[in-house]
Amino acid sequence: MADKFDVIVVGGGPGGYVAAIRAAQLKLKVALVEAKHLGGICLNWGCIPTKALLRSAEVKHLIDHADAFGISVGDVKVNLAKVVARSRAVSKQLSSGIGHLMKKNKVTVYDGFGKLAGNGKLSVTKDGKPVAELESPHIILATGARPRQIPGLEVDGKQIISYFEAMVPETLPKSMLIMGSGAIGIEFASFYNTLGVDVTVVEMVDRIMPVEDAEISALARKAFEKQGIKILTSAVVKKTDKGPNAVKVTVEVGGKSQVFEVEKVISAVGIVGNVENIGLDGTKVQVDRTHVVVDGYGQTGEKGVYAIGDLAGPPWLAHKASHEAIVCVENIAGLNPHPFETGNIPGCTYAHPQVASVGLTEARAKEQGYEVKVGRFPFIGNGKAIALGEPEGLVKTVFDAKTGALLGAHMIGAEVTEMIQGYVVARQLETTEAELMETVFPHPTISEAMHESVLDAFGRVIHF
Amino acid sequence: MAINILMPALSPTMTEGKLAKWVKQEGDEIKSGDVIAEIETDKATMEVEAVDEGFLAKILVPEGTEGVVVNSVIGVITAEKGEKVDAPAASPAPAPAPKAEAAAPPAPVPATTAAPAPTAQGERIFASPLAKRIAKQSGIDLSTIKGSGPNGRIVKADVEGKPAAAPKSEAAPTPAAAPAAKAPAPAPVITAPHTKLPNSTMRKVIARRLTESKQNVPHFYLTVNIELDKLLALRAELNGKSPKDGPGAFKLSVNDLIIKACGIALRRHPNVNASWTDEAIIQYDEVDISVAVAIPDGLITPIVKGADKLGLAAISNNMKDLAGRAKAGKLKPEEFQGGGFSISNLGMFGISDFCAIVNPPQAAILAVGAGERRPVVKDDEIKIATVMSATLSTDHRVVDGAAGAEFLQTLKALIEEPLGLLL
Repeated sequence: MADKFDVIVVGGGPGGYVAAIRAAQLKLKVALVEAKHLGGICLNWGCIPTKALLRSAEVKHLIDHADAFGISVGDVKVNLAKVVARSRAVSKQLSSGIGHLMKKNKVTVYDGFGKLAGNGKLSVTKDGKPVAELESPHIILATGARPRQIPGLEVDGKQIISYFEAMVPETLPKSMLIMGSGAIGIEFASFYNTLGVDVTVVEMVDRIMPVEDAEISALARKAFEKQGIKILTSAVVKKTDKGPNAVKVTVEVGGKSQVFEVEKVISAVGIVGNVENIGLDGTKVQVDRTHVVVDGYGQTGEKGVYAIGDLAGPPWLAHKASHEAIVCVENIAGLNPHPFETGNIPGCTYAHPQVASVGLTEARAKEQGYEVKVGRFPFIGNGKAIALGEPEGLVKTVFDAKTGALLGAHMIGAEVTEMIQGYVVARQLETTEAELMETVFPHPTISEAMHESVLDAFGRVIHF
Repeated sequence: MAINILMPALSPTMTEGKLAKWVKQEGDEIKSGDVIAEIETDKATMEVEAVDEGFLAKILVPEGTEGVVVNSVIGVITAEKGEKVDAPAASPAPAPAPKAEAAAPPAPVPATTAAPAPTAQGERIFASPLAKRIAKQSGIDLSTIKGSGPNGRIVKADVEGKPAAAPKSEAAPTPAAAPAAKAPAPAPVITAPHTKLPNSTMRKVIARRLTESKQNVPHFYLTVNIELDKLLALRAELNGKSPKDGPGAFKLSVNDLIIKACGIALRRHPNVNASWTDEAIIQYDEVDISVAVAIPDGLITPIVKGADKLGLAAISNNMKDLAGRAKAGKLKPEEFQGGGFSISNLGMFGISDFCAIVNPPQAAILAVGAGERRPVVKDDEIKIATVMSATLSTDHRVVDGAAGAEFLQTLKALIEEPLGLLL
């Protein structure tokens, strides 16, 4: 006999557990099936533990520069085991918090691997043994994604590693090469570089952080290079030769081969969706390059089967998964929500300096035919940034010249990941430049730079 | 505890209406779902159902009151019978007194400053700043837009691609001359003995919409003569096959067959089932035909939805039901708002042919005259046939002459060889 539910969620990451909670709030009977750990990659091996590591790096960075603030510090030592232990403890605390949330919301959690079994059924197995048979008219797949492997450069977990291993180093390598300059690659580059590792970043396209505005990319590159990170763009890793203590990495840059000898290689070249073994074969669910094809409410080609989060395509972000979870569940409950938001999902990279953005880059806006007004405000003109000793940074805003719509905002510098939400809210409420200009920003804060950037776009900047 | 009964909005654009009748009286017990009052808008009468239970303690707006603003308090429900009510004190918007119709309508003033957000009767319209700006730039009247945002807030997506409203009496500013010199023209004084019939809400809507259409839509007209003999024979044959009564019974009218023929012709000519907007011509996916029905003091256009797909009996019974409820003022808003094309038939009055006014945002309307025995020339001989003249009025911005003519050609062929209507 199958256990019957109103909604079954497969996967307990920030897509899945949020879907379960929202469904429970809507008085639906919910089951959540999770094979490994509640909280998914985000809480256990992604967003959260890396933020803990980067916080340690930030503390070290501040101590390294303490003298500039009039503080004398003795010898600085990195206790790597403690850094990693703190990061794991943070993960554990939050992951178990999800367990409590499930209990509080009366979500039935199944510890096992969920697989579609046809006709609204889902089989759950643990170590190959059947655990439960569940049934529901609505099954939400939120099985997430895992690191992409490049043939010939496969992760071996020792010398060529993925974010899993990079998050729990036992020793600090002397040198490291990172393939990929997306958020994951850049955050590890920043972390290891700050801890004293010699870091080289290899990016295929002609600039780092390719999804960001070109101007921000260029500033980020300058800042990282100033800190000693070596950056190769338009560069491709051709092959690796593993020796006992080092890996020889052959990189082709501009038609010429260069060989780098490093202790570790981090592969951060994107992710692939977890579409295998979840029972998609024989259903009408369509899979396109490891991701499930869905409509604006997460509906797949198979009636009653939904997909959200990383499984359902880019951007690969926890908050995107959570947002899709809410829309998907509310649609199932008949609440008639707006379809998935695609243009107003912010992206953040927590390196030093931080990068945050939302909406269209200047280039993309022009491609789409907008006549744009662009505002820029550098941190050097902001009192709080100077006082903090963080004078490097920029807030760039892109407006539609015709309607005054804020098309995009791009920031680099201290605290920008905490500030970007201001522009996200503005965009969600569909403000024009007028409301942003009229808004009073608190002084002294770095957020004043956000105000000034808007003013600059319309020729009214005050402090620059 | 007292609960206020608020004037409901029966449609997204409704700002005021007439409280036609109180079904419940003061002191009556009310259960959830009971009809407590009837509200009349410009186009329909709707019943107000109780959401809360209790006793109708106080009627604040007497029945027959016109111009009751949406969301104003019209009555009060209490939990206990005879509970004291400090009535009007609780009302956020005072119940408006019946409007003095004598008040002269504001004469057109040269528009110097545009109103920030178009508001009808001073009611606030919730719209995002960006939606307001786009609406202003494209000349869209926000009061005609249904908001899809939280709590019905109008957002960008609701105004993008919407047809512009008629410019609001914006006198073209003459460069030098002071516009102030142009004093508002006083209404002509009528001295002949007369009776004043105050304009009903519907009358005002008809006046406004049709004036806008004639002023702003570049009309042109195409007339075609269509022989009806085969269609009449088919109709007689089909009607002969109807069961006497019961659920399957039908009695097809010529108009029902014309609706079907228009449905098929529109499916084949989607460029006529369309609307003009500044950004793009909108072609409708569905064939929804508005059919003009005369009702006391005006007309209304209930919609036959999916006219291309419905069978003749379904169209006929659908139309009877809609027309019946239209005359009783009981249509729901969605039953008369929308549609991609209109038909107006005055054949039953013996009208040979006429030109109708396009019903915006639609781009075409077919004016159908009477089927008459007329001489026709066939094989160089004069024969007698039953012929009807149909005139298509179109918005030239959307439908060009040849496109309209092709549509009429298809329509004529469908009616003259009517077996195709059965497919």
